Amino acid sequence: MTITEKIILAHTDLEALLPGDIVSARVDIALGNDITAPIAIKEFETIGIKDVFDKEKIALVPDHFVPNKDILSAKQAKMLREFARKYDIKYYFESGEAGIEHVLLPEKGIVLPGDLIIGADSHTCTYGALGAFATGVGSTDLAYAMAFGEIWLKVPHSVKIIFDGKPKKWVSGKDLVLYLIGKIGVEGANYTALEFSGTAFKYLGMADRFTIANMAVEAGAKSGIFEPDEITKEYVSSRISRDYIFYKSDVNSEYINIFSYNASEINPQVAFPHLPENSIDINEASAKNIKIDQSVIGSCTNGRIEDLRIAAEVLKGKRVAKYVRLIVIPATPEIYRMAEKEGLIDIFMDAGAVVSTPTCGPCLGGYMGVLAEYERAISSTNRNFKGRMGDITSEVYLANPAVCAASAVIGKISGPDDVL
Amino acid sequence: MILKGKVFKFGDNIDTDAIIPARYLNSSDPEELKKHCMEDADAGFASNVKKGDLIVAGGNFGCGSSREHAPRAIKACGVSAVIAKSFARIFYRNSFNIGLLILEADTNEIDSGDILAVDTGKGEIKDISKGVTIRTKPVPKFMADLVSAGGLIEHAKKRIKGGSRK
Repeated sequence: MTITEKIILAHTDLEALLPGDIVSARVDIALGNDITAPIAIKEFETIGIKDVFDKEKIALVPDHFVPNKDILSAKQAKMLREFARKYDIKYYFESGEAGIEHVLLPEKGIVLPGDLIIGADSHTCTYGALGAFATGVGSTDLAYAMAFGEIWLKVPHSVKIIFDGKPKKWVSGKDLVLYLIGKIGVEGANYTALEFSGTAFKYLGMADRFTIANMAVEAGAKSGIFEPDEITKEYVSSRISRDYIFYKSDVNSEYINIFSYNASEINPQVAFPHLPENSIDINEASAKNIKIDQSVIGSCTNGRIEDLRIAAEVLKGKRVAKYVRLIVIPATPEIYRMAEKEGLIDIFMDAGAVVSTPTCGPCLGGYMGVLAEYERAISSTNRNFKGRMGDITSEVYLANPAVCAASAVIGKISGPDDVL
Repeated sequence: MILKGKVFKFGDNIDTDAIIPARYLNSSDPEELKKHCMEDADAGFASNVKKGDLIVAGGNFGCGSSREHAPRAIKACGVSAVIAKSFARIFYRNSFNIGLLILEADTNEIDSGDILAVDTGKGEIKDISKGVTIRTKPVPKFMADLVSAGGLIEHAKKRIKGGSRK
């Protein structure tokens, strides 16, 4: 059995299961945000029950349009607050404590290895980095899970992705996952569980694993997962709030596909509009002389302290090009504080960047960096669909934080070596 | 059940940002959502679609975000079914959960403006305009039961009435 099958089985009353089976599984954490939870709350209240299944297993994180961007958003955030108060939800986070959900929950030790986590947000798959089964669902699923603590799931087939070799300088988890999506396509992993392994991950940290698992959904996957190891242990040991289990795939596990890549040959990647699969090498991308209007460094994909350190390494002593906006968004208050202490915020502000409070904001064209007609952004976020960050004619190019920082300095898509 | 309606045809990889852009997600009111349904893929869709019409698309329909606003917006427009070569998984499960009919089929021959008669029982799509018949992929029993129960919340209500909440 694969790690994914083992975790799902452990959350059912079944003796065995196979890929393709539809099962009812118990959830360890059910998550919603200020966009998806309002529908879930309305549906929950129609079911006709007096309480949630477990007030310690629900997380409500206002992060998309919070601090409230307008009156309607304020009303949605208010629904979460009132629901959290009514049912005494343990993991509700108010502005000041709240950050981007998929960075915040691992940081606080709320999601752990071996867990089965569902979230009404497609990037819930991020927690697979910890060796958990985590998948994005809809608001109605969240309502049902808040009532019963269960979710219906089709057990996914697993696909093994192997990255061997030492990645080059400036190559991060973002580049490996953009490279992968470029190879297999946005539908290449539809309905499957991507299981990542290989020697490359000895050289990369937890932040890179989170970034890779986060973008599994951009290849259509149900989940992305890493077998937990010493790196996982080191990350979770200082954060745990309860027991956790390390699962591993059996050596005779069945995979419907295995893809193997040499990580040492991969350069930083840039995904061109309007699909994450349009990824090309930074050398090829920078040769195209693509001028940019905005650069965004942040999001559930790349808003961690490691990302900010890399961006600061490129930006130190530099200035953002004239007429270019650089927006840096630490993903959580803790990351913001660390960046402040390490002097990163000064580096960003000296370079001419605006540093925002934690929010998903511009990634989905919400606020805090929306694009006008025909504007172009390079962004460390996860999607570059048409109109994703603003006007329907605007363009988004996806890249790692080093490339986003370098591009802001030069004013066109560039690699860090062009700046340093 | 036979559904008859006019086709609005879309291509591959129609993402949830195209179905309902995030700039409208500060509301979950179906009446608001339907005004902007498919806006970034076909700006005229919301004003032209009529009750009973059908959305037909290529592969990977509904990719991207988990926003249930997407199938809800389509349902609020009165669209009777979405037929595509394939669906992204969260959109797929959301549609079943809220009782929006979605069918997988080879949609190559179907064009905008065609009139279809969809026989859900037989798993057949008749393109009346073209005179061709296309088979739909069978729906797993669990999913079919979910739709006939009226979606996941109706299922939940029955479960509560039956006293089966552990």
